[in-house]
Amino acid sequence: MTMLELIDTYWLYFLVGQYPDGPLGGLVLTILLSGAALLLAMPLGLLLGIARVSPYRAVNVPVAVLVHVVRAVPLLLVLFWAYFFLPAVTGVKTSQATTMLIVLVLFDSIYLAEIVAAGIRALPRGQLESARSLGLGYGAALRHVVLPQTLRHGLPSIVNQLVSTIKATSLGYIIGLSEVSFIATQINTLVFTQAVEVYLILALTYFILCFGLSRLAFLLERRLQRRPEQAS
Amino acid sequence: MIVLDKVNKYYGDYHALVDISERVERNEVLVVCGPSGSGKSTLIRTLNRLEEIDAGRIEIDGRDIHAKGADVNALRAGIGFVFQHFNLFPHLTVLENCTLAPVKLGRATKAEAREVAMGLLEQVGLAHKADAYPNALSGGQQQRVAIARALAMRPPIMLFDEPTSALDPEMVGEVLQVMRTLASQGMTMVCVTHEMGFARDVADRIWFMSEGKILEKATPQDFFANPQHPRAQQFLADHRRD
Amino acid sequence: MQFFDPAILQSGQYHDWLVQGLVLSIQLTVISFVFALPLGALVAVMRTSTFAPLRAIGATFVEAIRNVPLLAHLLFWYFAFPELLPDAARELLYANNPEVICAVIALSLYAGVHMAEDIRSGIRAIPATQLEAARSLGLGRIAAVRLVLLPQALRASVPPLLSQTVNLWKDTSVATVIGAAELMYQAARVETASFRSLEAFTFATLAYLTVSLLISGAAHLFQRRYPVRTA
Repeated sequence: MTMLELIDTYWLYFLVGQYPDGPLGGLVLTILLSGAALLLAMPLGLLLGIARVSPYRAVNVPVAVLVHVVRAVPLLLVLFWAYFFLPAVTGVKTSQATTMLIVLVLFDSIYLAEIVAAGIRALPRGQLESARSLGLGYGAALRHVVLPQTLRHGLPSIVNQLVSTIKATSLGYIIGLSEVSFIATQINTLVFTQAVEVYLILALTYFILCFGLSRLAFLLERRLQRRPEQAS
Repeated sequence: MIVLDKVNKYYGDYHALVDISERVERNEVLVVCGPSGSGKSTLIRTLNRLEEIDAGRIEIDGRDIHAKGADVNALRAGIGFVFQHFNLFPHLTVLENCTLAPVKLGRATKAEAREVAMGLLEQVGLAHKADAYPNALSGGQQQRVAIARALAMRPPIMLFDEPTSALDPEMVGEVLQVMRTLASQGMTMVCVTHEMGFARDVADRIWFMSEGKILEKATPQDFFANPQHPRAQQFLADHRRD
Repeated sequence: MQFFDPAILQSGQYHDWLVQGLVLSIQLTVISFVFALPLGALVAVMRTSTFAPLRAIGATFVEAIRNVPLLAHLLFWYFAFPELLPDAARELLYANNPEVICAVIALSLYAGVHMAEDIRSGIRAIPATQLEAARSLGLGRIAAVRLVLLPQALRASVPPLLSQTVNLWKDTSVATVIGAAELMYQAARVETASFRSLEAFTFATLAYLTVSLLISGAAHLFQRRYPVRTA
């Protein structure tokens, strides 16, 4: 089989796995899982980020410890913990996709928390001060003045986090999730004699997706620098 | 209107405000001047609790602002504060900058806040820029919007912390003009400024500060013609040379 | 059966498996590091070169590797790469622990390009005047880079490089996908054999935590003892 024949025969399987005859898989699963994880992680990431910059040590320190611990262990290990123990803890047999989603949301919220915290610290103090001197409480000042600016400036970092998440979904392979790397290996097993082509296509797929997104992040960063929004 | 009683503040070992006991009357325009590091900004920032004091009392409108259960947000809503670096919100339009606080604090509906804001922007001469973003405005324009934004809350007191120090010389005049108009309308104002012309023309009283203490209090006529304290004399001599 | 039996972690067959896994994880980290760092330095120098084609090659290399997940790299080197080798070489590979060799290749490249980016920002932090000064003493470009630019750039790069080393340490866990018998592989193996998942994963968690915190601690100490001294 040539490369073209390969693509022609298996493109649908690569794209959506066994759907509709089975659960969703393939590239579409990878993309949906990553997007959903990042979206779901945003509220938690925001809360944790705000906690990170809190002047109250009772709030700041536990979150800092959580962040350092989560960043010190491999994602795969957390995935194994979740996969082997979540059914025992919740009593429900969670699917691989759900397990992967939960772990990704956890990881993303930790990294988003750092992005949010860094963004809040980088904002000039005068912004918070002027909001507070109008009579807005701390919460209202965060909501209407600090966070809108922080999230806008943090957008390139958030897009980069999406790229990290897409790469992280590949670990689902190890617990049998039918994401795109898993499907590629299935195809390789079926075809057997074209490992190089199959895995080059897999690599190219990831490259287009991830490189495309990181270019977007780069352009967003450039646009932010060219429009100096700061008043002083 | 404002009463300071034995107010003291320390930054570590540094005594930033030393036993300040003074009054500011209603409708009065007070100018606070002095060399850098004299504590002028610190003093004005204690009035709306952007800085906290270590000893003493501050009363505004008869109420102790540090009383147990005192609502700091309500205090600040009742005082307008204008910063040296304007601090407009860059992600909101000029109009939205002015309507944010009244609306979010439940003081006015969106429509009412809009009307009030447009009226104030008219007064400061920037109604035509209502839908522009701060980064499209010059420094002088931004500061005038900042004044309108503070006025939108209808405060009885306005505090100005070196409002023209960050402006190019050509734009100082337009901001001072707005402040003069405010003064003539009877607003109670405390201004930290280096603009001696403004002080001479508009102030009811001048406080001269140095090293955390108020060394001289006088009317503009007395202060400029006949300063008593040697440090004040030195300060005026330096300024006259500019 | 006890809920948590630390005994199995302290001796016996399961203990041995886990320790072997830990040892291999550490070996993978160290060997890959030894290849990754020089590779990273080389690519970083290429990317900051004044010669445009070199910059282009460096950039392409980094982007091609960085935008593909480590798992896909491992799959490629283990399943696809041997097909490209001449028969004799392939036989040689299969006879000598191919899982570990392929894992090292994949990890070295992946860590290498990330280190290249860290070193590149370190290089960019050194003012151009340093190279000028070196050149005006008569040093050739390569000597100037080697003796003046890189030592300073590396010192500035040490904190992010140590952070990258922690990532490398964590990334060795993914080598389990091609059957390298490192710590995660052994932990899963213990689980399958004994259903003692709690003890096995606790061991793995403590191991990863300890080494990560040791490396991060070293970064902290380094920054204290050798702060970046600007010109």
